[in-house]
Amino acid sequence: MRFIRKTRYEQDINLIKHNGQVLWYGLLLLALFAGPLWLDRFLLGEFAFVFIYAIAGLGLMVLVGYTGLVSLGHAAFLAIGAYVHAYFLNQGLPFPVTMVIATLFSALVGGLIAIPALRMTGIYLAVATLAFAVIVEQVLVHWESVTGGFRGMPVPRPELFGVNFASPTVFYFMCLVLLLGSMILVMNLLRSPAGRAMTAVRDSETSAESMGIHLARTKTLAFALSAGFTGLAGALFAHRLTYLAPDAFTIITSIQLLLMVVVGGLGSLHGVIYGAIFIGLLPQGIAIFRDSVPAAVAQIPGLEPAIFGLILILFLIYEPLGIYGRWRKVRLFFEEFPMYRKATYKRQKSFLRTERLQ
Amino acid sequence: MSLLRAEEISVHFGGVKAVQEVSFSVEQGEVFSIVGPNGAGKTTIFNLVSRIYDCTHGHVFFEDQDITRVPTHAVADLGIARTFQNTELFEQESVLNNLLIGCHVHRNTNLLSELFFLPSVRRQELDFRQKVEDVIDLLDLQSYREQIIGNLPYGVRKMVEIARALCLQPKLLLLDEPSSGLNPEETDDLSFWLEDINEELGITVIMVEHDMNLVTQASDRVMALADGHMVTIGEPQEVQNHPEVLRAYLGD
Repeated sequence: MRFIRKTRYEQDINLIKHNGQVLWYGLLLLALFAGPLWLDRFLLGEFAFVFIYAIAGLGLMVLVGYTGLVSLGHAAFLAIGAYVHAYFLNQGLPFPVTMVIATLFSALVGGLIAIPALRMTGIYLAVATLAFAVIVEQVLVHWESVTGGFRGMPVPRPELFGVNFASPTVFYFMCLVLLLGSMILVMNLLRSPAGRAMTAVRDSETSAESMGIHLARTKTLAFALSAGFTGLAGALFAHRLTYLAPDAFTIITSIQLLLMVVVGGLGSLHGVIYGAIFIGLLPQGIAIFRDSVPAAVAQIPGLEPAIFGLILILFLIYEPLGIYGRWRKVRLFFEEFPMYRKATYKRQKSFLRTERLQ
Repeated sequence: MSLLRAEEISVHFGGVKAVQEVSFSVEQGEVFSIVGPNGAGKTTIFNLVSRIYDCTHGHVFFEDQDITRVPTHAVADLGIARTFQNTELFEQESVLNNLLIGCHVHRNTNLLSELFFLPSVRRQELDFRQKVEDVIDLLDLQSYREQIIGNLPYGVRKMVEIARALCLQPKLLLLDEPSSGLNPEETDDLSFWLEDINEELGITVIMVEHDMNLVTQASDRVMALADGHMVTIGEPQEVQNHPEVLRAYLGD
């Protein structure tokens, strides 16, 4: 077990808390930046996909995990990011510019959606965002002059100064760097007043308001930031798909995104990464599962969403803190071995509303 | 000039008249207590002053500014901080983070500078931390600094809530039953701290309280309420022996 001796307030402010973190995160970064040396083409692509998911997950985590607002419509922001990006690429703008436009436009739409959504929380908000996602999907289908409708829209290859950014190695690095950048932004957010205001809104709106926090502004910000990150992920996602069609952004995608943050662990950035890895690997897992069961079971339509739903429910019941929560328990077990008490993470029954941990 | 002045404030919830035409004023530097049986409208008055409820009639003035219609979050900016009867802390956060949220009204940075954590944000964070540490020192919360609220006993949570309110560096502090759920020893500490808050920090305090010992010890003036009406205002002893107050509590 590590005890950190604190002598300066900066130690609580800095992102890196102790030297052990420098070592382990350093090694992880080294391994990731050396990715092309030890990963083949297929795995590079899969890793890039996980990074994209993680960026979208960061966005959703800001909203769901830190501000406490549930969204079942994040596929819409992914779609908006992807379509805006592809549309302007087709107009001949260079891709870094279109990526910025896609991010900002998604953020703008997110901010606008927040205005009617402000009055809702919990299940009502989930339904409202779901409706929004359906509307966006319909717009993608019917606004043919821009989106190409069901025919879809090709995504031009990203090129800059003669470098092909669609090649697996370059794309891998682009996704990695954007993920790291987004991560740092979110970590900065969480250690500054705006991020604390969001967690305050999550835990108690009444007292947040009495502490001088502007509820509407904080929620709108959370929505806009969340949508912005998801839009950026959408722009990258477009390159992975190479051809956009509305059926890539359905309710299943939204549920997948939500599944990611819940399975990873609500309210933790580690959770985003664990969740992204989990979601990235899940389709492969389901494919293996289909191969190993009798054809009659494997051919059941709607098997995938059913499995997603089942996993979501199982996590909510047995490990509400997700993979990250489980990881913390395992770590504590080894740190305190042989003194680990099972009750450490067991909540005592609480009767007062104020004693209840949501 | 009074710090806070309520002029004939009333609030009705449908047919229920929770507070009816109550007027009072609180002077700078005072400890003002509100007592009364359950359902007398004490907490409702707090909710009116801190703008969680809208007054049906009447006006509330703070430093001669009419705050009857200001938005809820703006009340904190004016310098009014409050605690809640059953504690409304940010339960999944550490004590430190809770107190830092108390500093939110002093925020001078914008979202963009915070996203990039510019030096100005870092300076502000250090400044906030200093403020928080001063309050931690005052209320002896050092050993709880890193604890998650959900793991703390009720008595400590009450103190953390007062600490959070103090981090706003308010002019007026509203304490809603600060001693409820505290044991006698903690209540003694509380009356000691109330004195510190009032005299050393110069913060005016209004509290709703049932513990008459604490009320007599700590407060300069007391207002008694019954069924939404004001019964009397005066010195603690005076109010305690007032026949109307006795009737409100004990019946005829």
